[in-house]
This record gives sequence, C-alpha cells and structure tokens, in this order.
Amino acid sequence: MSNAQQFDTRPQGEIPVESPLAYSMQRSGTPKAKAGTKVTMRERPFLGQLTLRGGAIVLDEALREVLGLGLPGEPLGLVQDKAGERSIQWMSPDEWLLIVPGGEEFDVERRLREALGDAHFAISNVGGGQTVLELEGEAANEVLKKSVAYDVHPRHFPVGKGVTTVFAKATVILRRPSEERWELVVRRSFADYTYRWLLDAGEEFDIAVEN
Amino acid sequence: MFYILCPYCGEHREEEEFHPKGQAHIARPEDPENTSDDEWGDYLFFRDNPRGVHHELWVHAVGCRKFFNITRHTVTYEILEVYKMGEQPSITAENYAAHQAAASADNERNASQGKHQQGVRA
Amino acid sequence: MSQPNRLKTGGRVDRSRQLTFTFNGQRYQGHPGDTLASALLANGVDIVNRSFKYSRPRGIVAAGAAEPNGIVQLGSTEAGQVPNVRATQQALYEGLTARSTNGWPNVQRDLMGLIGKLGGQFMPPGFYYKTFMAPASMWLTYEKYIRKAAGLGRSPNENDLDIYDHRHQHCDVLVVGAGPAGLSAALAAGRAGARVMLVDEQEEMGGSLLSSRENIDDAPATSWVEKTLKELSELEHVTLLPRTTANGYHDHNFVTLHERCTEHLSDLAPSVNGRRQVRARLHRVRAGQVVLASGAHERPLVYGNNDVPGSMVAGAVSTYIRRYGVAPGNRLVLSTSNDDGYRAALDWAEAGREVVAIADARQNPDGELVEQARSKGIRIIAGSAVIEARGEKRVSAAKVAKIDIAGFKVAGPVEELACDTIASSGGFSPVVHLASHTGSRPTWNEDILGFVPSPVKGMTPAGGAHGVYALGKVLEDGVAAGNAASEACGFSAASVSQPNVKNLREGAAVALYQVPHLKATLRGPKQFVDMQNDVTSAAIELATREGFESIEHVKRYTALGFGTDQGKLGNINGMAIAARCLGRTIPEVGTTVFRPNYTPVSFGAIVGRHCGELFDPERYTAMHQWHVENGAEFEDVGQWKRPWYFPRKVNGKTETMHEAVSRECSAVREKVGILDASTLGKIDIQGPDAREFLGRVYTNKWAKLAPGRVRYGLMCKDDGMVFDDGTTSCLAENHFLMTTSTGGAATVLEWLEIWHQTEWPELDVYFNSVTDHWATMTVTGPEARKLMSELTDIDLDKDSFKFMDWREGNVAGVPARVFRISFTGELAYEINVQANYAMHVWKKLFAHGDKYGLTPYGTETMHVLRAEKGFIIAGQDTDGSVTPEDLGMHWAIGYDKPNSWIGKRALTRPDTKRTDRKQMVGLKPKDPKVVLEEGAQIVLDPNHPIPMPMVGQVNSSYYSPTLESGFALAVVKGGHQKMGDTVYLPMADGKVHEAEIVSPIFLDPKGERQNV
Repeated sequence: MSNAQQFDTRPQGEIPVESPLAYSMQRSGTPKAKAGTKVTMRERPFLGQLTLRGGAIVLDEALREVLGLGLPGEPLGLVQDKAGERSIQWMSPDEWLLIVPGGEEFDVERRLREALGDAHFAISNVGGGQTVLELEGEAANEVLKKSVAYDVHPRHFPVGKGVTTVFAKATVILRRPSEERWELVVRRSFADYTYRWLLDAGEEFDIAVEN
Repeated sequence: MFYILCPYCGEHREEEEFHPKGQAHIARPEDPENTSDDEWGDYLFFRDNPRGVHHELWVHAVGCRKFFNITRHTVTYEILEVYKMGEQPSITAENYAAHQAAASADNERNASQGKHQQGVRA
Repeated sequence: MSQPNRLKTGGRVDRSRQLTFTFNGQRYQGHPGDTLASALLANGVDIVNRSFKYSRPRGIVAAGAAEPNGIVQLGSTEAGQVPNVRATQQALYEGLTARSTNGWPNVQRDLMGLIGKLGGQFMPPGFYYKTFMAPASMWLTYEKYIRKAAGLGRSPNENDLDIYDHRHQHCDVLVVGAGPAGLSAALAAGRAGARVMLVDEQEEMGGSLLSSRENIDDAPATSWVEKTLKELSELEHVTLLPRTTANGYHDHNFVTLHERCTEHLSDLAPSVNGRRQVRARLHRVRAGQVVLASGAHERPLVYGNNDVPGSMVAGAVSTYIRRYGVAPGNRLVLSTSNDDGYRAALDWAEAGREVVAIADARQNPDGELVEQARSKGIRIIAGSAVIEARGEKRVSAAKVAKIDIAGFKVAGPVEELACDTIASSGGFSPVVHLASHTGSRPTWNEDILGFVPSPVKGMTPAGGAHGVYALGKVLEDGVAAGNAASEACGFSAASVSQPNVKNLREGAAVALYQVPHLKATLRGPKQFVDMQNDVTSAAIELATREGFESIEHVKRYTALGFGTDQGKLGNINGMAIAARCLGRTIPEVGTTVFRPNYTPVSFGAIVGRHCGELFDPERYTAMHQWHVENGAEFEDVGQWKRPWYFPRKVNGKTETMHEAVSRECSAVREKVGILDASTLGKIDIQGPDAREFLGRVYTNKWAKLAPGRVRYGLMCKDDGMVFDDGTTSCLAENHFLMTTSTGGAATVLEWLEIWHQTEWPELDVYFNSVTDHWATMTVTGPEARKLMSELTDIDLDKDSFKFMDWREGNVAGVPARVFRISFTGELAYEINVQANYAMHVWKKLFAHGDKYGLTPYGTETMHVLRAEKGFIIAGQDTDGSVTPEDLGMHWAIGYDKPNSWIGKRALTRPDTKRTDRKQMVGLKPKDPKVVLEEGAQIVLDPNHPIPMPMVGQVNSSYYSPTLESGFALAVVKGGHQKMGDTVYLPMADGKVHEAEIVSPIFLDPKGERQNV
C-alpha cells in the first residue's frame, strides 16, 4: 500500500547490535546452572516482530498466503508453524503479534502489504522495542506465581495461549508455546527491571541464565 | 480488587489490568458549536453518583486495550454485567429489583436478607 | 524444671525437650508445642501487660486470635523488633525474647497505673479530648505524652534483615479454617477434583478438635484430624497452608493470606543451604468459592473487675489444659450461661484441680455436661453469676449472687468464694469478621444468640462460623459446604461418609452479656467489655446517655473494637449493653463493621520483594550504559532514568550541577550538543482517516501537512485545557508518527483510543505504540550540520532539508529517520534508529563529534534551553487549568477548522474567555543573580497585609548562562496585558523578590537560529 511508509530498520553491513538485555546481563550477571537448578532463563533477541491490525478475515487470508500460517481461531490464542519459528498471537479483536526469525520481518511486511491491497489495516514494526525471554524448568510456574496475578495453572493456561498482563510492576506478554516452556515478550525499556525481578524470584530455585 | 470479565478477551482479569474511565453513555453533543454553554457544561462536568446500579466505562489497559461498559452495584460492588461499546445494558436501576427477585427465586439461600443498618466507613 | 502450672501428662507439647525464653528480662522454660502464652501460664506468670488506658494489670484471657491482653513486643535485636504479637498465637522457640507492650517502668510496678487508679473515675470516654482541649495549640504537645503513656508497641529503628515474599494464587475453593467444618469441606471439595486451598492460622491444623473432649469414630478427635490431613496432602490439587491467616476478604472473592513461614522457629529466619528463608509470605488469592469455616469466639461475661489476672474465657481454660498441658490456676469458679462452659470445669476437675463452684445463670440447668459435673460432685449454683472478682494482681475470690436477668438486677445475697481463677462463658459469637470485610452486614440469629454472616456472593459458611456448634452437625455441615462450593465451580459433589459422633443432649442457653451488679453500672466496679482498648460497660452507657445512638458512633466515641482488636471478644457484649441502654434489641442496634486485617500483618509481608532496587521499575534507554559509564547524574522522569547532567572532573574536582549545566548550555548555543530523547512517546498512526483524526485531537490544522513534513501540535481535553503537546510527522499520505511528552506516552495513546473506540469508530485508523522500538538522539547546535554530514548520506542542504522536514537515510551505516525539529532553538537533527543499533550510532557520533566539541547534555540543560525559547513542558507549565490562549499560543489554534476538534467548544465558554485568567508570561528577576523558586507565589503588593491576594505562580525557573541572568516562566492573572509591570515574590524566609513581566521568549524571538 503506497499510502503508508515501510522502512527497513536493519543496516546492510556488519554493525554492532545490542539486545535490550546486553547491559543487564553484564551488570546483574548470568548465573550458571547448578545441581539444584529448577528454572532456566534465556533471551531470544533480535527476532522480527510485527504488530498487525485489521479485520480478522482479510488478515487471515493474507497471512495464509504469505506465511502459510493463519490467525489463531480464538481470543488469547497462539499459533506457530511446525518449526516453532514463526508465531501469531491474538492481542485484541483487531490486533495480532507476528514473530518471525530476525531479518524476515521487512520482507514479510512488504508481502503482507501487497496481499492486503486496499483493505484497511496497519502493520507496525516493533522488533526493536521488545525482546523475548524464555523460562523453562519445574519451578517456572512458581517463579511466575511470584510475578503475575494471572492464573498460570495448566488447567487455566494451556499450551497455545497468550495474554498481556501485569508482571510485578511492569507488563509483559506471557505465552505458553509448549508444555515445558514459557515465553515473556518484554518491552525494551522494562527489560532490565524484568530481568532483575526474575533473577530475584528465581534465586530460591537456583535460576540459571543461558547466554 | 475487582475481578472483571473482559467481554473481548472472554475471561476474568484482575482489576490492576483495567482503568476506570467514569460514567458510561456520556454522549458528546452532536453539534458542539450549537450547544448552549449550560448543555456543554453538563456534558463536561456533571455525572451521576447513584447508590445502587451504575453504568461505567472501563478499558482493559494492560490487555486488549479495548473500552467496554460495566454495570456495577455501588453498594455491593457486584458487577452485574459487562457489555461492549455500542451495546445497551440489560440490567438498569429501573429493572434491577425484578432482576434480583428472579435471581433470588433461583437461590433460596440468598433470600433471607436480614435488616441491615447502614454504617459509615472508616 | 519450674513450671508450677504444667500438668504431669496430657497436651500436645513435647515434654522431652526444653526451650528457654525471656519475658520482660526474666528467663523461663517451656516446651515445643507451647505458645508464648501457654508457656507463661505454665510458669505462673499472671501479669503480661498493663492496660492501654487505665494501666491495670492484665493476664492472659483467651487462647487464640481473640486475646486482648497478651500483646507483646517480640525480638532480641533492634532490627528484629516485631510489635503487636499475640502471645496466644506465637509459637515458643529457643531464645524467644518478648516484652510487654505497655507498662512503665514495668508491668509489676506501674507508675501510670496511679493515674488509672486516681483518674479512673474521671476518665470517661473522650477524657483526653475533653481534658486537654484548651488551648488548642497545645494539643500536639499533649498528644505526644499521651501517646507515649498509652504505648502501642513500637517499630524497629533499624532495617529489617528478613526477606518476605508474595504469591499470587488461584483456586476453585478456598477453605478458611481447618477445624472440623473446614477439614470436612476441604475433603469434599478435594475429592471432587477441585483446586482447593485450606488455610489455618494456628501452628497445627485441627482447630477445636485439638482440645476436644469428644471422640470421632470411637477414637480421639485428633486421630480423625491426622487421617483427614493425610488424605488431603495426597490430593494433587489440594494445597494446605498452616500458620496462615486469612486476613482480608475483599471484592469478588479476593482473599489475602498471611503465611508465617519461619516465625515459629527463631527471631531471624534461619538459613538453609546458605540461603535465608522467607520469614512471611503474603498470598493474594482469587478464589472461585470461599468456604468460611472460621469457627466461633467464646464471649466472656461482663462482670465487675473482670480483668483481674486469673479471669479467663472458659474455652481457653480447656484449651490450656487439654492442648498444652497447663492448668492456669488451682481453684476455679466458673460463671456460665450455657452447657458448653461446663467443659472447662470438667477439664479442670480431671486435671486434679479444685472446682469451687459453677455459677450457672439458668434456673434449671439440665444438659448432659451439667449431669457430668453433678456426678463429679461439683457445686452448681443455679440462677446465679459471678458479679465481681476480688484481687489486684491475681483473682483472690469471686463474688457470686443470684441474678434477675430480665430485671437486670442482683436478686439474692452475695457469697464470696475464695478462688484464683474465674472462667466465664456467655455463649459463642461466630467469627463473621471476614464476611463483614466484604461490606455484608451480619444477621442476628436468636436461636444461637449471635450474629451470623449474611449472604456473600461466592461464599458458603460452615460450622461455627454460622452458628452450627454440635460436632456431628459441624462435620455434616462442612461436607455440605465443600460440596456446594465445588459444584458451584462445575465439579460433581463427592461422597464423604459421616463419621460416628455421639450427640450430646444440650440444655438451652440463656442470653446474658453484662452481669448486673449491686451498684448501678456508672458507679459499680469497672466491667470491661473491650480489654484491649479499655472500654467498659459504663463507657458505653455514658456514650448512649450523651446522645450517641448509632452503634457506629458509640464505637468511635468509646474505641470499642478498634485497632488490632477488631472486636473479637467484646463487640457483641458492647452491642448488647448499648441495646440495653437504648431500650432496643441487639439486631435493632446492629453491628459495627469489622475491617481487614483480622490480625496484624507485618509490613514486610505487605511489601514482599517490592523493595530496594525492585521497589519500582527503572526504565532504561538503549544508551543507558553509556550514560552510566560517562558519569551521568540521573533524574527520574516517570519510571525512566534520564541523564540529568554530565558532571566532568576538572582539576580533580567534580563540577557542580550549576557548572555542568552552564557548560552544557554553552556547548549547545555555541558548538554542538547531544541529548538522549528516546523517552519521548511515539505512536505509529496508519489509516485513510489518520489525517482527519489528527485534525480532531490537535488544536491546529493537519489537512495540508505533506509527506516529509513535521508539525507541532497541542492537545486539549474537551474542557479546553492543554494536556499534552508534541510533533507529528507525515510519513506517507495515510501514515503519521506522533510524539508525546515522556510522561504522556501511555495517557495519549489511551486518549486516542477512547475517542476512536467510543466517539468516532467510523474513522479508519489504527494506533500502535512504537516508543521502545526507536531510540532518539538529538544533535543540536551551530555545528550540528557539519557533524551530521560526516555520518549520513542524507542531503543536509538547508534548502532541501528544511526546518520542520524529516528525511530517511543512513546515519553511521544504520537506517534512520532524521527530523529537523528543535526544542533548543538551535539547528537540530533528531535521529531515530531501531533501538538495538542505537549504541553504535551514539558512539559513532562521539567518535566524529569530538573535534566539533560535541557535548552530551541532560534534562536540566534541555529545560534551560527550551525555557529560554518559551517552549512549554506540559505538566510543568500547564496543570490542567491552562488553555492554549492562556499560553499565548493563538497560532496553534485552528478556530476555522471544519470539525469541532476536542477542546474547541469550551474555548468560547465565559470562563475560558475571561481576560483575567492566569496567562503565561516570562519573569525577569530585577537582580540577575536571583533564580526564583519554582512554585513561588506572585503578588502585586508586597506590603498588603497577610493573606495577600496572589495573582499567579512560577512554573519553570533557571539560570541562563546565555542571558547571564535568572529567568522564569510563570502564569499571572491577565499577564498578557501586563508586559513591563513589576511583580513581587514573597518568600518563606521573609525576603521579597522583585521581577519584571516580559515575553516568555527570552532568546531569538524570530527563530533565526534554528532555521539556518
């Protein structure tokens, strides 16, 4: 759509890049796994992240065409491709979060814009503004219970669900892509606070950070 | 701490995810330039403060970011219903008593309301 | 072993182990399983405190949360001080150190007691206020001493060394109380498959069964408790939380629990594997259903001098004997209005101690427990009560007399019975506190002579909590409540077989609260209703005589049920006395409202981990590390940490803020400076109606803004008052990038959404926050273009990239949008790059900027520079009462726009049209060295007598190195018409500053410097 400006924010050459947690990991450390480690955290930085706005029907069609992956059918739904590399999460009745491997987002946006044509929609690149933290391990649920008021019991939070909610005194997007793994999509400016909170909450479970 | 059903997310969420935005159904006058100062003043500043059924506008701020309406009892804090923008409430101050009677008939346990003295909050 | 009151056998304490503890400086011994109270009683410690108001000696009265006297200060170190601990709830541990809360110099020999004695007669409710009322100015002085004398425990003067924690919990069924009703309810709901939480405030679960005389399934009740707990602990979805008090019952089944994790172990939480344990944990529970199985509190009878140590609630006597193996005296007189009280006498007798007599208020007591007492040869005096206790530091005798309850008088001769303990029972009050927290007023139930909870949505009471007392019925009731709760959550009711319990034949109780005395209430010996707050029956009677008719007013006048007590023992007795005095029934008088918390909660538990560096989020920009490494001082702007200024070391000396800011200001005005502006809110706006929408939310025109151009805009609320400002750029015909103030980012986005979603849903437009996606750096100053030209492929020619244009290109090899907007009044480029690459760009700018004198500057310099130009900061120069006209920004108001944009209509209201509104002006102090205080009030005549009429205030004030003078932005009534006038600013220290009203644009009024 020519009426919106698409802008590729990724540089061509070799340019030093810093994830939102680069400073935090340096300052607060990255504890190694111990015998008693019951929860492990890792950052998955530099993913391509696009906020998609528009009607579900046209977006679903365009996404199937471009990615071969449609919108989740329900509110709070999270779908992924087979490899688990591309995911679409329901955020609102007219908003979805699309996460793709870093570097794909500009091309995906371009192709989506083409496919959507004159429909009323919006696509915003938000990849520089948020990062993904993963939590794994038997104590992951306990760490979350110390952090979010949202009910993370498996009966209430099955695989394939995602919510935006309050995390300590910040907010996160909390998702459950698989039985053993939680994902937290964290805003860049709150990433350090979230990281320090998780290190503190996980301390009693010998939290380890994979870097 | 309320537990609020978001009509868009389809499930209950903690109050901390929401912002209250005041009385619902305050329509902006269609033609502001031809609205009298008094009418404009009413629209801007005057709100109901009922003891009982009240319709309120809320937003699921940390969530789907959608605005919606809550019908809430200002004494019991019970949320009687939630409904989306553009919809009308089914429970109002006028029909509340009838609604309660119907609900009580369903549940006799709730029928034995004693005499309650109204007190002050400290 | 010197525990004179410890029985040889019985109880649940571990006699094989000794624990040493200290109370008021004296060392004692107790056993694991003791509470501090049971250990004190075992050691024969009669006086545990002095009373709050009259300083009377007080002893332990109860055995649990209801205890009004045994309130102690815990802790052997300063940092470990814990006030308001109930001795009856505190488990004994080795080395426990406690002190009485009241009493000076000590509880045995209390000087304040003299006042109580002398002043006692003259200390009616309101005494302090009435006595120390004049002169009014002295009240603060009086109050200090009165409070010191009263004493309510003290907080530690050192940081708490312990850590605390929070857990968010969700369950289908929350069962409060693990007595017979709670255990049965949990069992039923747990077997049904529901997610169940069972919480109990005591050291052990089991409640009344831990000291019960009754058998369940032909075995001691405690075996049934063990069996039930075992099954519950094996159910996957059941959580058991002992030592956990449900303290507050809030809206929509939100319950706060206070779990005391290590408080039974030691002063400071012990370490395990080198890791300090959590001392206490606050659980925030959202329950589908709540089963309220909180039991009932026994009511003491209100007789004369009923606070002399040795006076106890009957059930507490049983608990000390049966659960702790402590007989708290030798010779007992029991005063009761019901069968249940007899248990205390039976337990007393079975412990081998003497029961002197039972004064039973009923004419013909005949229940099964009465028969048991008779068969033991215990003397029962029917139709009588203890009307007064004798003794000072311990009960020495009980005065017993026949009483006429209906006539409220003594009906026969008084007999004085020598004894050292008086137990009393006036029946039971269901613990309705939690249900009351929800706002529900309890209902009087005449059958049980008590208030029961009124219906609360999602709550089912069980057992004693709603007046079901017989054990067999309680177990049945618990199962029914558990099943009702789990069914309400969508589970099928479970089958739980009813255990075999022998039902006792019970005689009817009689309603007795205040016991009549020979003398009238106001002249007789003190009858205490609320011992913690020292409220007497006379105080309540006096309150009603003085015209306080509402029980809520009586409560506030007398302090009945105040504070940490929350009316556990005394409230119903207080209501009954008020009812008697007012000639009403108890339900007519009603209850007061019980409030959270049920028992005191430590601040640590409330705070949890939200302390120290985790107290509040700190938001960082992508360049934060650079700022830290380059010595920035930071300023909090909302949650953001923004560099405030960058002090340098000059000759080994660090610059002051004034020096640093002066240097930074000069660098921007003369060379080039750089600011991290990433915190500005950024909203990506797309859609065919984006332009139309902007025209409605901004006061100025947007119809003709072309792609590649930027415009400044003001936003008003519909009352015409400015609430935010910023620039918006046209990225493409249907695509805009809006910036907001740092603090306004979230508010503005919500503002756009509320108008779109509720008023103008027909407009096709979407708003997305991209604040964190972009990092923004402002390069500004006369040398800015030279520096930029070294790093970018964008054509910087002043005619092709003009002021208020934006261009895209590469800066330091990174794709960037560059905006030629200026908040300093100088030539400026705002570079926006994806945040992950920002540090690289920032460092490259410095690598090239050195030769141009590139200087990082912070928010303070930014403020000086913008204020010199008269640029406002929304929220600093505006406060929700300032219109665009008041700001003198007529140029930004599109009165002739076709739509009625937000705020427009209000600008023609008479109030907004007034010419004497506070209007923004500049202020130039007559003395250039003076920097006016922000917030200082402006007057026209400094010699006017106080109060002087104030005409405005200073909003922004700085020292300008460029102007070599202080200067300020202010609002002054009718200020736009007062240019050149002199105004005055009287200060708190008596100085009066003089200033001239000038234009708010102090520098380059034509804007030539930014437009080069």
